[in-house]
Amino acid sequence: MSVAVRLPAILRPAAGGESTVEAEGATVGEVFEDLIRRHPALKDQLLTGDGDLHRHLNVFLNDDDIRYLGKLDAKVGDDDTLTLMPAVAGGAR
Amino acid sequence: MIGKKFLAQMVCHCLDGLPLEACGVLGGVALEGGSAEVRAVYPTGNTASSARLYEVEPRDLLRADRDAEASGTQLVGVYHSHTHTDAKPSPTDIRQAPDPDWHYVLVSFRDVEPSVRSWRIRDGAVEEEPVVLEW
Repeated sequence: MSVAVRLPAILRPAAGGESTVEAEGATVGEVFEDLIRRHPALKDQLLTGDGDLHRHLNVFLNDDDIRYLGKLDAKVGDDDTLTLMPAVAGGAR
Repeated sequence: MIGKKFLAQMVCHCLDGLPLEACGVLGGVALEGGSAEVRAVYPTGNTASSARLYEVEPRDLLRADRDAEASGTQLVGVYHSHTHTDAKPSPTDIRQAPDPDWHYVLVSFRDVEPSVRSWRIRDGAVEEEPVVLEW
């Protein structure tokens, strides 16, 4: 399966400046593996040292947050789009 | 640079959110010299539902990003309110700032009059920038 992966501006330098890149895989985890193979500098931005999804990253499969679809095990198909966005958080504390 | 309609929209959303912190993102265009012109205010949910923390609701963020892109603009910053403290980034704001190119706008209700200030946050370094109101 080939899916389009949309990257936020902050991650584009790690992927040759592209805003959308293609990657292969049947699950989000496989797509990430392929993405990291193609763009190794993305690794630390996407995954923790244990291989889990970085908690400061939101990943959407089309319109849905993959946290509710099985996270890295979420199935993807051709014509799907993964959109990566940074978690935006803070506060007075 | 922010138009009066957008400033009012942002401050009103933050007032509506009291006693909790409110948040949203700003669509616009980057200008020469590092500033930006706000072309849209996207109020978002605060999934932290807290008077001291905010977290932009992820799907609201996705919608805002798509709308900005469809409008030929981009997300240029985020705003949130401080209900009892100055309009300055807190250590949490600095630590979690997601993008060095963004503008970080704080709306404070420490005093009766809302205070609106804007900041750049790059690698933990914080620098205030002027908020220019467009008539």
